[in-house]
Amino acid sequence: MILARVVGNVVATHKNDRYEGGRLLIVQPIDLSGQDEGGELLALDSVDAGAGETVVVVREGWSASTASTGKAGAAIDAAIIGVVDSIKIDREL
Amino acid sequence: MQLARVIGTVVSTVKNDLLRGRKLLVIQPLDRFLKDAGKTLVALDSVGAGEGEIVIWCRGKESSFPFTPDEVPTDCTITGIVDRVNTI
Repeated sequence: MILARVVGNVVATHKNDRYEGGRLLIVQPIDLSGQDEGGELLALDSVDAGAGETVVVVREGWSASTASTGKAGAAIDAAIIGVVDSIKIDREL
Repeated sequence: MQLARVIGTVVSTVKNDLLRGRKLLVIQPLDRFLKDAGKTLVALDSVGAGEGEIVIWCRGKESSFPFTPDEVPTDCTITGIVDRVNTI
């Protein structure tokens, strides 16, 4: 999984029906010191992540679909599966 | 998934049978400020997206799921049309 920061959300009424009821959040991947690292992406939320929070994002379809809709087989390739409270690292960054 | 703008259409008459009757669109991936973010791609439409629209697209094996039970060959499918992007 990757660490990312929630930086926005997307509203779309006309969309794949499996997205129904889901929150489409924009996340910016970050490194361990919190710097942006790589392009942003959209992820369906499954843990009520809030704006600005640091989250754990899974980028694999089966996991993303089951985590965010309860069932596999949806056109979902990324989902937020955790909100980060803190990170402890045993080496100098 | 990612944001993109539909910037064109690909017309292809000689193609995989499962692509018959489906629209191939050219998309430019975008960031949340709607700035270009990455290379243009050919995407299969699954929601009736039109040129100029801001869309949501999904990549990889999952992008064929909107067409089940057909096993449509695609690694990039448009799965939503964006009404609004909110950034913080």
